[in-house]
Amino acid sequence: MTLPVDAITALDTFQQAASWEQRARLLMQWGDRLPALSDVDKVDANRVHGCESQVWLVGTLQDGHWQFSASSDARLIRGLVALLLARVNGLSAVELQQVDLADWFSQLGLGRQLSQSRSNGLNAVLQRMRELAH
Amino acid sequence: MMIPSPWRADFPAIAALQRQDQTYLDNAATTQKPQALLDALAHYYANGAANVHRAQHLPGAHATQAFEDSRRKVAQWLNAGDCEQIIFTHGATSALNLLAYGLEHLFNPGDEIVISALEHHANLLPWQQLAHRRDLKLVILPLNGDGLIDLDVAAQLIGPRTRLLAVSQLSNVLGAWQPLPALLAMAKAHNALTVVDGAQGVVHGRHDVQALGCDFYVFSSHKLYGPDGLGVLFGRNEALQQLRPWQFGGEMVLDANYHDARFRSAPLGFEAGTPPIASVIGLGATLDYLTGLDQDAVSAHEAALHDYLLKGLEARNGIRLLGKPQLALASFVVEGVHNSDLAHLLTEQGIAVRAGHHCAMPLLKSFELAGAIRVSLALYNNSEDLERFFEALDQALELLR
Repeated sequence: MTLPVDAITALDTFQQAASWEQRARLLMQWGDRLPALSDVDKVDANRVHGCESQVWLVGTLQDGHWQFSASSDARLIRGLVALLLARVNGLSAVELQQVDLADWFSQLGLGRQLSQSRSNGLNAVLQRMRELAH
Repeated sequence: MMIPSPWRADFPAIAALQRQDQTYLDNAATTQKPQALLDALAHYYANGAANVHRAQHLPGAHATQAFEDSRRKVAQWLNAGDCEQIIFTHGATSALNLLAYGLEHLFNPGDEIVISALEHHANLLPWQQLAHRRDLKLVILPLNGDGLIDLDVAAQLIGPRTRLLAVSQLSNVLGAWQPLPALLAMAKAHNALTVVDGAQGVVHGRHDVQALGCDFYVFSSHKLYGPDGLGVLFGRNEALQQLRPWQFGGEMVLDANYHDARFRSAPLGFEAGTPPIASVIGLGATLDYLTGLDQDAVSAHEAALHDYLLKGLEARNGIRLLGKPQLALASFVVEGVHNSDLAHLLTEQGIAVRAGHHCAMPLLKSFELAGAIRVSLALYNNSEDLERFFEALDQALELLR
């Protein structure tokens, strides 16, 4: 399976980061660049539960490819969510089932940064994506 | 100003954590253990484990002896008097559940259980669920601006329908002693049973359950530098007579037939199954260690550290404390900064503090917060730990702002 373009960019960028400060700055940049969700989308029905912070997720299917938008009220979580979106946007429902979250974040050099609770939260986001695509 | 801890070297994990660049400031969640406890566990397992209260053989007799010695030490630690009033459970949560089930028969629909707004889930949910089962009213005592239970309102809410009052001695979020003598007096004036959750309180200073005058006092071993999987329930003899067995099996039985059984009285009647023997013996060793310390020196050290923590937090812009912490811990939020972001960056820098709702969701919701950062202290912490925390906090805030 070939990676989406954004995912390749993410890998190039994050693999260069040498310190925790750099990684944190990059995460915040990626989070800040995430297109804002409209208030209409920030409703309970789109809330993903199981996250430390509030995360909202919506998805649309275009010609067999899924496009997700998401946001969070916490900046670093928003950055992590942006990296997840970079990995999954444009995939088909079948490809979505094959995404390995832990592997993706460890490729980015962020494996250690994912505490159990954070990784549970991101897993909950991925799980919701799969449900939407089901 | 340097505040060294003379007891730091007694806790080998602190040095191990330091080698991993970790500064441990999450002591209200659980504590590191003294060498004396590690030695006691190793000694017990290396010299012959055995079950207690049943075997006639020598290893069984040794284990039972050590187990019952620990019960005596716990009774002394709380000045409980009679050792039979000390019940070992599998944790503070389990002790509170034992009470909520074992006292259930005393409640009738419409009766009231009174707790406070600051209770953590362990002293909220067992009563909430009991109220659902028995159609009772759960009354919540509100807090004043300093994070203390409001006594004027309490005097209105504790009344003739109150059958039981269950309150924390020291909040795990607000770090303030609650006005127990006044609250217990109000409950007693209406013949209500009184339960004190000492999970945090027992760790700071010495407490005398007879002087306190509560019917039940609960704490967990692991927060008091002891092993986990073990809780303690003190119950006054008169109060224990009203408690019915909750869990069944093991040596809690006096006589069993296929269709009926009779059970022991306290404490064994409430210790169903094989108890956490090694943990009980280990707690005894921890209490021996703690008894050997100069309690005034420990309290003075903890007070100095807490003062240092508060001053450091107050010196920084935009920090808002939850309540008015008096000792042990401080919970705070930073204006314009999400607690999850701050927690993330503190973790990155090897600072082990707690972020989130601290198992007290309704309390955090009452502050209209989804979470807060909590720094909690133990006797082995020193001012360098706090300096590292402050440096990390400044770094994190610089990145986030």
